[in-house]
Amino acid sequence: MTSIMNPTPGNVYTAGPATGNEVLIDGYELVVGLEVHVELATATKLFSASANKFGDDPNTNIDPVTLGLPGALPVLNRHAVELAMRIGTALNCTIQPCVFHRKNYFYPDMPKAYQISQYDQPLNVNGWLDLPGGKRIGVERAHLEEDTGKSTHFGGAGGRIHGSDYSLIDFNRAGVPLVEIVSRPDIRTPEEAREYVSELRAILLAVGASDAKMEEGSMRCDANVSVHKPGEPYGTRCEIKNVNSIRSLGRAIEYEARRQIDMIEAGEVVRQETRHWDENDSRTHTLRTKEDADDYRYFLEPDLVPLAPSAEWIQAVADAMPLLPSARRTRLAAATGAPADGEAVMVVVERGQDDYVLDVAAAGGDAARALIYVKEAFAESVDVPAADVAALTELETSGAVTATQAKTILAEIVANGGGDAAAIAKAKGFEAMDSGDLEAIVDQVIAANAEAWTKYTGGDDKTMGFLVGAVMKASKGKADGKQVTALLQSKRTA
Amino acid sequence: MSAETPTAVEIAAGVRSGSLKAADVLERHLERIAAREGEVHAFNLVLADEARAAAAAIDDLVAAGNDPGPLAGVPIALKDNMCTRGVPTTCSSKILAGWKPPYNATVVDRLGAAGAITVGKTNLDEFAMGSSTENSAFGPTRNPLDTSRVPGGSSGGSAAAVAAGFASVSLGSDTGGSIRQPAALCGVVGVKPTYGYVSRYGLVAFASSLDQIGPFTTTVEDSALLLDVIGGHDPMDSTSIPDSQPSLVEAITHGVEGLRVGRITDLPDGADPDVAERLEAAFDALRDAGATIVDVQVPAFGYGLTAYYLIAPSEASSNLARYDGVRYGLRVDAGDTNAMYGATRAAGFGEEVQRRIMLGTYALSAGYYDAYYGKALKVRRLIADDFDRAYTKADVLLTPTAPTVAFPFGSKTDNPLAMYLCDTYTIPTNLAGHPGMSVPYGTGADGLPVGVQVLAGTLGEPTMFRAAAALERSLA
Repeated sequence: MTSIMNPTPGNVYTAGPATGNEVLIDGYELVVGLEVHVELATATKLFSASANKFGDDPNTNIDPVTLGLPGALPVLNRHAVELAMRIGTALNCTIQPCVFHRKNYFYPDMPKAYQISQYDQPLNVNGWLDLPGGKRIGVERAHLEEDTGKSTHFGGAGGRIHGSDYSLIDFNRAGVPLVEIVSRPDIRTPEEAREYVSELRAILLAVGASDAKMEEGSMRCDANVSVHKPGEPYGTRCEIKNVNSIRSLGRAIEYEARRQIDMIEAGEVVRQETRHWDENDSRTHTLRTKEDADDYRYFLEPDLVPLAPSAEWIQAVADAMPLLPSARRTRLAAATGAPADGEAVMVVVERGQDDYVLDVAAAGGDAARALIYVKEAFAESVDVPAADVAALTELETSGAVTATQAKTILAEIVANGGGDAAAIAKAKGFEAMDSGDLEAIVDQVIAANAEAWTKYTGGDDKTMGFLVGAVMKASKGKADGKQVTALLQSKRTA
Repeated sequence: MSAETPTAVEIAAGVRSGSLKAADVLERHLERIAAREGEVHAFNLVLADEARAAAAAIDDLVAAGNDPGPLAGVPIALKDNMCTRGVPTTCSSKILAGWKPPYNATVVDRLGAAGAITVGKTNLDEFAMGSSTENSAFGPTRNPLDTSRVPGGSSGGSAAAVAAGFASVSLGSDTGGSIRQPAALCGVVGVKPTYGYVSRYGLVAFASSLDQIGPFTTTVEDSALLLDVIGGHDPMDSTSIPDSQPSLVEAITHGVEGLRVGRITDLPDGADPDVAERLEAAFDALRDAGATIVDVQVPAFGYGLTAYYLIAPSEASSNLARYDGVRYGLRVDAGDTNAMYGATRAAGFGEEVQRRIMLGTYALSAGYYDAYYGKALKVRRLIADDFDRAYTKADVLLTPTAPTVAFPFGSKTDNPLAMYLCDTYTIPTNLAGHPGMSVPYGTGADGLPVGVQVLAGTLGEPTMFRAAAALERSLA
């Protein structure tokens, strides 16, 4: 394949450095490339004015173009192109003049018996995606194409067309715009594959290109898997289809790698083929071998004209790019001091709550505490004035309330959609304990638990938790755990 | 034209002014259909009742003081590969049995909006593949001028309908000569416009990069009028030219003084002497009318036929793949889906269509693409470049339209290559995307009509029509 434009300097994919997390399985290295199809969030289809809508009654979002009726002609949806350009921009691709081709094959749910797709001159080429841990995965291309209809097969052999009694076809999905994002074979572990897909999903959501729901099929993932001994050429690859969740992706790759290694170890040869992941038995099964693969007879789609986005359009798309997940994680990490690929930052950015954490900090709150509050207490939506949460972080960091008390107050604030943290603390009797009072309670607890104290002073740190718990109980939860620990330690060394 | 057979321009003017009734005009055409259609078989379907209702509506509009439009009351016949809402559209193929489109082709809507009256859907070579209309699944159309001979093809029904007076005008489609060649053989005017001049939306595709809709008429002016109505941008066709086009009715009011008319000195041989003689007469007539005759070369012209018979079947193999028995038209049940496809397509497509699907599938196949389809695309580019060079020296070119006058039935059906040669002079224009038209220019062997082809460069319609009108005047 050749592209008609060379990538511009400075925007060229180069493979990232080995990160040391390449895992050898029984002495084999795993090589994975992913092909991810995403349905674009347009109002209408790629080539017609029918609605692009999931879940409607079958065959209601159709028209002569969707059904491929004789004489109907495609007209390219400008918004679909714009969303595809957003994807290309977010994946650091070169956006280039491109054309559409026909991919010819017969299938009942493909009404024209060809799919309009992009072949050797796709819209987006030579990009990359950085995993949260830093590894760079190359993106070979991200091209536009139309979806097929959806067949449901009844009777016969378990949901397949072959041997079924009859089939029903819903053409609502036919002509829905897709972008196919093809990675380079840079993925080395099932975990990296999962990270790639979840990061890609986060990017697609961030740029508003797709709702990217694997369970509804608006994001679909095929994996090309091969194994080889280090230092030897890559092995023959098999393409795994029908992977319906990120979790299944990891399992399917693990299974397929194991299968190929077992074959090689048994002296057999891995054949290039397309395999079907079966969720029920957690195996891959042969779908078709290379020998019976279709000859798609690609040729230039004569019903469409070349697509050459202007430099102004490309720039406008770039200018309108929102902050992408990786940049948002970096920003949140910098504000809170938490690691960018740590759980709290990952979760809060994924939920889109990072702006709120920054709002709390801007309202004078402690960003690190706010991050934890939001991660723990705000499951979905954030509907609390940032100033209220800022006030609570202030109460906690000043020592006026303990972490445990703060959690209780936060729960009330969230439940009520806001509230004055200090007033809630007062109402609940959450007053900071006088250090003299705390010491008195600690002394009482030591006296009442002489045996545990002896063990503790004798160097048994495991009794520490028991003693702290006893103090907390005696203080009716008002004591600050950190202060109690410090007091116990100072008394041991005294 | 006599009062007996007024032109479309005369009919529209008369109906708009109230001096003619659309209903009366229609009845005269329906009478001729009743008298000769059994013999000629121009139509797959005559829409007499619908046409009468439409004509009455036009007359009512006029009576109420409204203007029905520039084609008011003009009876028109449509090649049966143009979609008509709720009316069977067969492409003269068994595979579309029973199919009624749920939508109108853009040209059909434009004709309706202009006040034209559709009298019927005309016969064609199946899916527009042929040069004699002998490849129709519903039987051949006969040449009204000599019913022992073919009308040409593939738009033979539309050409015959106008020649026999069944309709004032008609539309055909031209992929490699399918308007111009039957126009020549039936003695009428036929125009293949610049690719993208007329919307293809609703034209059942044969070869998408070559297909164009165009008119058959008895006069050059009628063709100009029809193209002024059906031409122009259509947002439903991505290959439709975005700009509006100048009026051709206006263009033909200008003469040909100073026009440079090109003679292709390296034109492939093959035209019969009677045809070559009429071409010479045409050059003389334009010279007499003030044009200059210049020599030009189009070296790749002769490769057109070969390139065409790779490109057109390749596109056709893809365009016709949708006729699989799943959603509409013929279905022949068989053991499984693949067997059903095979049985349906074997029963539904005629021999010539199957031949071209096989040719095209082969030419696009892995391992053969570069040698066949890929090479043909390069030849196509060469032809366009050669024409472009010629058009720096000449404004229009004259060639024969077809090598011969109308030929007898069956004389070429056993030899596909002989049939393909009918389009030697018309095909290169389609490959270049240029306009071309056939103008009847006297008679040749057996008193049968000969057509002269006028060619022009991209969007050269105004100049092409001026030359055609001058030829027409020279015979008057």
